[in-house]
Amino acid sequence: MVVRQRRRSNTPTTPSYTIEDVKALSAARGEPQWLRESRLAAWEVYEDLPMPSLSDEDWRRTDYRHIRWEEADKLVTPNGATLDTVPVNRREPLIGEQQGGLLVFVDGKIVHYEIAQELVDAGIIFTDLSTACREHEELVRYNLMTKAVLPGEGKFAALHAAMWTHGAFLYVPANTVAELPLHVVMYNTHPGASLGHMLVIVEENAQATMLVDYASSDAQDHSAYIGATELLVGDAANLRYVALQDWNRETFEFSHQRARVGRDANLDWIVGNMGGRLVKAYLEIELDGKGSNGRMSGFFFADGEQLFDLDTQQVHNAPLTVSDLLFKGAAKDTARTVWQGMIKSLPNMQKIDGYQASRNLLLSEDARMDGIPGLEIEADDVKCSHAATFGTLEEEPVFYLMSRGIERPTAELMVIDGFFDELLQRIPFERVRERLQAAMETKIVGSAN
Amino acid sequence: MGSVLEIRNLHVSVEDKPILRGVNLTIKQGEVHALMGPNGSGKSTLANVMLGHPAYQVTGGQVIFEGQDLLEMEADERSRAGLFLAFQYPVAIPGVTLANFLRQAINSRMKAADPNSKGISIPEFRRMLKSKMDFLQMDHSFAGRYLNDGFSGGEKKRAEILQMAVLQARIAILDETDSGLDIDALRIVAEGVNKLRGPEMGILVITHYQRILNYIKPEFVHVMFEGQIVESGGADLALHLEENGYDWVREKHA
Repeated sequence: MVVRQRRRSNTPTTPSYTIEDVKALSAARGEPQWLRESRLAAWEVYEDLPMPSLSDEDWRRTDYRHIRWEEADKLVTPNGATLDTVPVNRREPLIGEQQGGLLVFVDGKIVHYEIAQELVDAGIIFTDLSTACREHEELVRYNLMTKAVLPGEGKFAALHAAMWTHGAFLYVPANTVAELPLHVVMYNTHPGASLGHMLVIVEENAQATMLVDYASSDAQDHSAYIGATELLVGDAANLRYVALQDWNRETFEFSHQRARVGRDANLDWIVGNMGGRLVKAYLEIELDGKGSNGRMSGFFFADGEQLFDLDTQQVHNAPLTVSDLLFKGAAKDTARTVWQGMIKSLPNMQKIDGYQASRNLLLSEDARMDGIPGLEIEADDVKCSHAATFGTLEEEPVFYLMSRGIERPTAELMVIDGFFDELLQRIPFERVRERLQAAMETKIVGSAN
Repeated sequence: MGSVLEIRNLHVSVEDKPILRGVNLTIKQGEVHALMGPNGSGKSTLANVMLGHPAYQVTGGQVIFEGQDLLEMEADERSRAGLFLAFQYPVAIPGVTLANFLRQAINSRMKAADPNSKGISIPEFRRMLKSKMDFLQMDHSFAGRYLNDGFSGGEKKRAEILQMAVLQARIAILDETDSGLDIDALRIVAEGVNKLRGPEMGILVITHYQRILNYIKPEFVHVMFEGQIVESGGADLALHLEENGYDWVREKHA
């Protein structure tokens, strides 16, 4: 066993990338000129932006300076690991019995790819992002980091735009229904940096369901996941999107995730945060079209020394738009969670209905949870409300269950389970619910370290 | 040999304030006792302390159940030993359905008795639950509702009696099960209790009013006053209280 020397005092606070890394990365992938140029342009943006710090309002509660970039910035490269290294439960279909497609990345490399012929016949494209950039330039070029997540919105967004390593691309043409769900797995077997991208385009009056599983095997060295998710939901389209994160406990995630929703369209977005050491995620819904509907359901459970900072926005850019957000989380041991939510509207966007609620369950005196709701509404004929609640595991219900013969650990589990039920009921996929429940139960029963 | 709950000189405090001051009471399987008394006399304290509610501190005395020291047992062990309390104010547990809760309660019993038990099968559980619900005139949709969450007063009390039926208690304590019930709900609840009544079950009915005792006829009636049982007698004692109120008790024992 190797004993590591940790150099805390002079830990670098920025990754050590240079423009040469961007060029090398692009060249190694044989990328088209436009993509290489867009990466280089993003690199300039990256160089101009400061690293976020505690003096930035949205980073005030999230100190990531303990990240060891000398470990975390090494790009994860494939080392021969195959599909077999991905635990079976991570690649099982979680939605329905059958999958319309399965795309599995191990260490950034595709180890498995399948798509149902009926989806191909319908004109649906489900492939990795590099291939899509080469083969479907007309679809990717004008949508990749130009509409939803922009390089200029933050240091990590810019770094992602310059250096993204792999990703998945889903395109559902107008008036097409992808009956079977699409499943993407991103799994890393060794530590380092990965910059994964999800680009989903569901055109007018089209429909799709997609599930993304992020996970990595345990490691001692630090990892960084600098990700972006872009969901473009066309007019009258329907997208159900589920993303479950279960990184190892030495991973730092910095991600920007944004959906744009067109007229009369529906987005049902479900996120589950279980793993990672520190997660800073921006999750934003832009309701662009009149009558559009955006729903976000967030599950999080932090234990040990985890820190989750989830920053959500529901932006009403059109009248008659409806947003509904519910985040439910728990924290035990010395974990910290932050949820900051904002409902925004452009001026004069009448008849909008925005709702956000954050429900927090503190399972230890040393854990800390912050819930900061916010409204910025510049219209008068609106219905917007928000709530943040905090509670602990109460003795009364536990005693009640015990008085019926149920042992304390089970009784406590049932009460915590009950707390999350309201959220789980919003998830229409039984096995996704089971996955979250299992993760939760492991965390409740398991010790921190 | 039937089960016996024997309370010997029990002293209990809440936040250092003495509430029970030497209670003696013995209830045998198959017997029905009523415990009456004015508000604040300590009746509900006695009920809660029997199940080990954490808000109550036992400062003296003993409680023996099935030959074991009850006060040394956790609430779940007391329940599995055959003790049941129908709460006066059952707590709502959002997110936990009545059916899941009852199945877990049954499985906990089966697993405690036999660690290899796989618990009750779902079809068997459903059949059993339906028959018990029918017997208490409860709509089957109750099973899918969150435990006591949004239940009316009558629904809560019926759900308590349902649990008593499902868990097959040997000694059951009904803590003011009649309070707040209209006459129809009271009749249904009382009929439920009467159907469960028998040589296998000892019952302690705690009540402020005599009304419920018209339906659940006790063999023994006790009166609690200022933390002690000050009068004991037969069913006629309840009728006497109904006619004369508690003033004579106060005068006699204050």
